[in-house]
Amino acid sequence: MPAPSPRTAYWKGFRDGLPFLLVIIPFGLLFGVVATEAGLKVYETLSFSIVVIAGAAQFTAIQLLKEDAPTLVILASALAVNLRMAMYSASLTPHLGGAPLWQRALAAYFTVDQSYACAIMAYDKNPGWNLKEKVAYFFGAVTPVCPMWYVATLGGAMLGSAIPPEFALDFAVPITFLALIAPMLTTAAHRAAALVSIGLALGFGFLPFNLGLLVAGLGGMIAGAQVELLMTRKGGTA
Amino acid sequence: MTQIDPVTLWTVIIGLGLGSFGLRFVFTGIIGNRPMPEWLLRHLRYTAVAILPGLVAPAVMWPAATGGQPDPARLIASAVTVIVGYVWKNVLAAIFCGAASLYLSLWLLG
Repeated sequence: MPAPSPRTAYWKGFRDGLPFLLVIIPFGLLFGVVATEAGLKVYETLSFSIVVIAGAAQFTAIQLLKEDAPTLVILASALAVNLRMAMYSASLTPHLGGAPLWQRALAAYFTVDQSYACAIMAYDKNPGWNLKEKVAYFFGAVTPVCPMWYVATLGGAMLGSAIPPEFALDFAVPITFLALIAPMLTTAAHRAAALVSIGLALGFGFLPFNLGLLVAGLGGMIAGAQVELLMTRKGGTA
Repeated sequence: MTQIDPVTLWTVIIGLGLGSFGLRFVFTGIIGNRPMPEWLLRHLRYTAVAILPGLVAPAVMWPAATGGQPDPARLIASAVTVIVGYVWKNVLAAIFCGAASLYLSLWLLG
């Protein structure tokens, strides 16, 4: 395969990003609806998506805002949900680390599940790409995905206040999260982390300020890491 | 449900925005190519599956919409969502089946 120019890499990224619209559009609409249901105004909802640009963390924050949790607990919980972004950042660094600072900053803002997944797969498949091509591919994958996140949020926010309570939208967030979690439970370690988290969250539900969630999160992470160690020792590979 | 205070809301939006950017920028921008300790990576791998179930478990067991009483329709919908997501590994299919089973059981039991 001839080495592609940055322009070719950009359009390849664009095409690889396109299918994610099937996820981004309904998810963004749902966030817009849920946020306005929680009492946010349309511009507040849209600002949320533009400033934070991370679906799961945004849903977490909305849920806890509704429960009147203290600001620090909301921030800690939502940022914990976003810790995986640090892992994405770490794994993109060998590929994008040589780019100018402004490009790295822009890439960091646009580091989301979808752009990361596209980029890391493409870099693995095309080890011959140079820095310019890698950067171009990354922004190509971002182009269809991220602007549609804003647009879908806006659409949901404008729709949201028109939806009557019989639609039981209070349960949109739990269903969305369960749907996100279930496919992640691919190893014993992931299942252990989730089960311990559920047990601790219910058991420590009496704690004030939603602190039970932080206990559940820490306990779940430790459980996952320990089971992984155990499986590695037993089986030789994780 | 109480009205969300605008100061709290904007503190959360801006704090979460800065924090998320920090998490995304920390390696690409600052740490560069230095390796992270293995024990830290091992824990970071499980953050999502450790936080999200803990977040929804109380909302599933004690939904605010029913005054904190366990609700059969919502429990059924949760079970359907998890099973579909676990078996088919498809997020949208799980959301769709979960929502459908919620409406169906609300209609049948409600």
